[in-house]
Amino acid sequence: MSTPILQVNQVTKTFGGIFALDEVSFDLQEGDILGVIGPNGSGKTTLVNCITGFVGLTSGEVLFRDKIISGKPAHKIADMGITRTFQVMRPYYSLAAYKNLVIPLFSPRAKRTGGWRGGGKLGDRNTVSIDILEELGFERESFVPYKMASSLPTGYLKRLELARCLALKPEIIICDEVFSGLSASEIASMVPLIERLQMEGITLIMIEHRLRELFRVSNRVLVLNFGEKLREGLPDEVMADEKVKEAYFGSEEVVDYD
Amino acid sequence: MKEDFEKRRKERLDRGIKVRSDGLYALMSWRELCYLVLPRLVLIVGMLILPLVMPSMYWQRVISNVCIYALLALSFDFLAHFVGLVSLGGAFFIGIGGYIAAILNTSFGLPPLLTIPLATIIGASFCTLLLLPCLPLRGVYFAIITLMYPLLLARVIEALDILGGTDGILGVESFLNRWMEQYVIIMMVLLFLFGVRRLVIKDIGLVFRAVKDNDQAVRASGISITYYKTIAVFIASAMGCLGGAYMVHLYMWAGLSMFALDFSILPIAATVIGGSGTLVGPVLGAFILVPISELLRAFGTLRIVFYALILLAFIIFRSEGILVYSQRKYQQFEKWVKV
Amino acid sequence: MEILIYGTINSVSLALFSLGFAMVYGVSRLPNFAHGSLYVLSGFITWTLLNSLGLNYAVSIILAMIATGIIGALIYQFVLIRVRGMEISEIMASYAIGLAILEGLRWGGFKGMTYTLPSFIEGSTEIAGIPVDYQRLLVVGIGAAVVAFLWLFTHYTRIGLALRGMAQDERAAMMLGIDSDLMALAAMGFGSMLAALAAILLLPLGNIVVEAGYNVLILAIAVCIVGGLGSWMGAVIAAFLIGFAQILTVVYLGAHYQMVVALLAIILTLILKPSGLFGRQKELEERV
Repeated sequence: MSTPILQVNQVTKTFGGIFALDEVSFDLQEGDILGVIGPNGSGKTTLVNCITGFVGLTSGEVLFRDKIISGKPAHKIADMGITRTFQVMRPYYSLAAYKNLVIPLFSPRAKRTGGWRGGGKLGDRNTVSIDILEELGFERESFVPYKMASSLPTGYLKRLELARCLALKPEIIICDEVFSGLSASEIASMVPLIERLQMEGITLIMIEHRLRELFRVSNRVLVLNFGEKLREGLPDEVMADEKVKEAYFGSEEVVDYD
Repeated sequence: MKEDFEKRRKERLDRGIKVRSDGLYALMSWRELCYLVLPRLVLIVGMLILPLVMPSMYWQRVISNVCIYALLALSFDFLAHFVGLVSLGGAFFIGIGGYIAAILNTSFGLPPLLTIPLATIIGASFCTLLLLPCLPLRGVYFAIITLMYPLLLARVIEALDILGGTDGILGVESFLNRWMEQYVIIMMVLLFLFGVRRLVIKDIGLVFRAVKDNDQAVRASGISITYYKTIAVFIASAMGCLGGAYMVHLYMWAGLSMFALDFSILPIAATVIGGSGTLVGPVLGAFILVPISELLRAFGTLRIVFYALILLAFIIFRSEGILVYSQRKYQQFEKWVKV
Repeated sequence: MEILIYGTINSVSLALFSLGFAMVYGVSRLPNFAHGSLYVLSGFITWTLLNSLGLNYAVSIILAMIATGIIGALIYQFVLIRVRGMEISEIMASYAIGLAILEGLRWGGFKGMTYTLPSFIEGSTEIAGIPVDYQRLLVVGIGAAVVAFLWLFTHYTRIGLALRGMAQDERAAMMLGIDSDLMALAAMGFGSMLAALAAILLLPLGNIVVEAGYNVLILAIAVCIVGGLGSWMGAVIAAFLIGFAQILTVVYLGAHYQMVVALLAIILTLILKPSGLFGRQKELEERV
């Protein structure tokens, strides 16, 4: 087994007295798609924030290619190639879609790598931005990339979030609930996109509630509950686990009201 | 019994001529070109002929003061509305720029034509350095620190009796002739006005606005927010330091009063009156407020009360400002529409 | 020994006028930049009541405290309530009011060194061979009493607990039925009265000057930043840190460095630990 691209070791995060994350550990192999699931409040978004540097760890460490990244500021971690999307979407609403992408293309990493398909050199930002959007399904003929972000429907906005990650030529993309708010057909068109990203060599972590769709793409799944790692493994193993079922559906005890 | 109201609302539509003059199509006809160029032409020509129209010494001083405050108001508007940093202490920039220019002139014997650019750059670097600690933090801290710096520096200079103490640095050289005195500053204002307007339209201006509106997304894109804020603060402080450096040569003196509250408050009041976010509005506001403040000079510190109250009124009632209102009228028309 | 005594006096003085600011920020996240002006205003009100109206000193003090509290509450009710939530507008609005008050007072003729308030107790005593006026002892005594009273108040009375609840988590407190606006109003009122109390205790030690308004504002902010915006305990401890630092520089470097100490304290805090000693926001960028 080669070195995992990302190692999360005993990461703990407390807010006051509450343990948002409790000694969570896992390894991420390069090229994998790791699904992270768990009921609401189990700490999934906190995990993303800790890995990407938006929130400091209380204890534990995160390693990227054997280098410690925990404790570094968020933009430095993004600069290393670990990108994320936001659960509550944050596009630049007052700008056109392609201008949204121009901003990440200002980053040092984009300048170094040339962005997605850049081949090492960054061309004209506007052109690169429209190329990336086109690849993600923003039809150039219908002028979709030129529309205001505030006028685009959710499906496009989710892709825009991914495009912002791609502008940095990422090594890891952490998707925080990209499928949420989308219709079944929109998700159906996102799935091949995700698979294509994997084929291009990007490692993905996907936090999701839509389990069926998630299990189609991911090859490993991690379950969180109340900040603790409950189970990790292949999708089928994990879903067959009793404890996982209990976490989602509750136990089978019936309360006697007599 | 319920009546059937006719519900109406105001709808604002762009004027035909505005739509026709958007982008390259403006070159198509003289009328549209005029529509675009006229306001800017009026501004530039107006400012350039002003010293010729008002040749008396007194009014020339007033114009120079207007320009100094205009630079400060520009820097405030740029920082506040395009980068999201509210600077409550324009006096900080004026004071630093002024003292540096005075020192360069009196201790090193450099002429005004050298001291002003040097003081601008050195002053801007110094100001940016002093503001650096609060740039990675929430915007509140920037507001607090910029508020405190001029007050603190004035007291420190007074207490330690350095840099001339309460008397200040005297004997600063003046300009060679009156016309140069006037036009240097007017040109600087025009330069920075159009320069900053260009800057915010370019893509780097987008990054600034993103830093203001959505800094988490900017961070997630691997961009250092502190870096861009630093650039913005450098530009803004350069404008203020320029004003300060010019001022010491105008009055041939550098002293504690450069840290006075006027320089902190008037630019903010000028910005809100003129219309924040437009960059031209603050300049306009300066043109309005500075002459008024000259008239109020007889009332002593009442003028600060006056600015403070104006500021308060605008904050509470969140009015648009003159330029924003005029721009809207120029570019759009309103009509009542049935709902 | 001198350092200990003067340090304590200075620190308690700092704590006295910083607590008003800390309280308002702690409870309602309102940075009340009119704090310094309320301090000076209450001094002038007392003076006017005492000298122009010839009222009894004790009566003047009480009236001035109440008046200042009411003014603070009015400031909230008519101005700050409209900009609640937008921190920077809050700063600008309260600063504008503070300026209007201070410069208005200056224009209204309250300038120069001729305005004083009499001390409560004349004379002085000696502690360990160092002369200390009774007034200063009173300051320390009452200051300590105020801190103790505040602690008890916020831990054992309903209103106090409500204020603490608001300070910790505004939404949760609102869900429990505590009215956020009412609490903010109360906080502004109390905070202004604390400013008045500080003025009444400290102004007899010198003259009433408008400049003091700015100095008080700067020092109060410095103390609150070092202690952590929003923490009362932090403000008290920071007051001691800065208070002693100031006295140390006076003794070893010269009397003029006091403000420099305040400036350095702020800068150091922002560089090293921006949330201050006990700041509520542990990580200032934590907003996701």
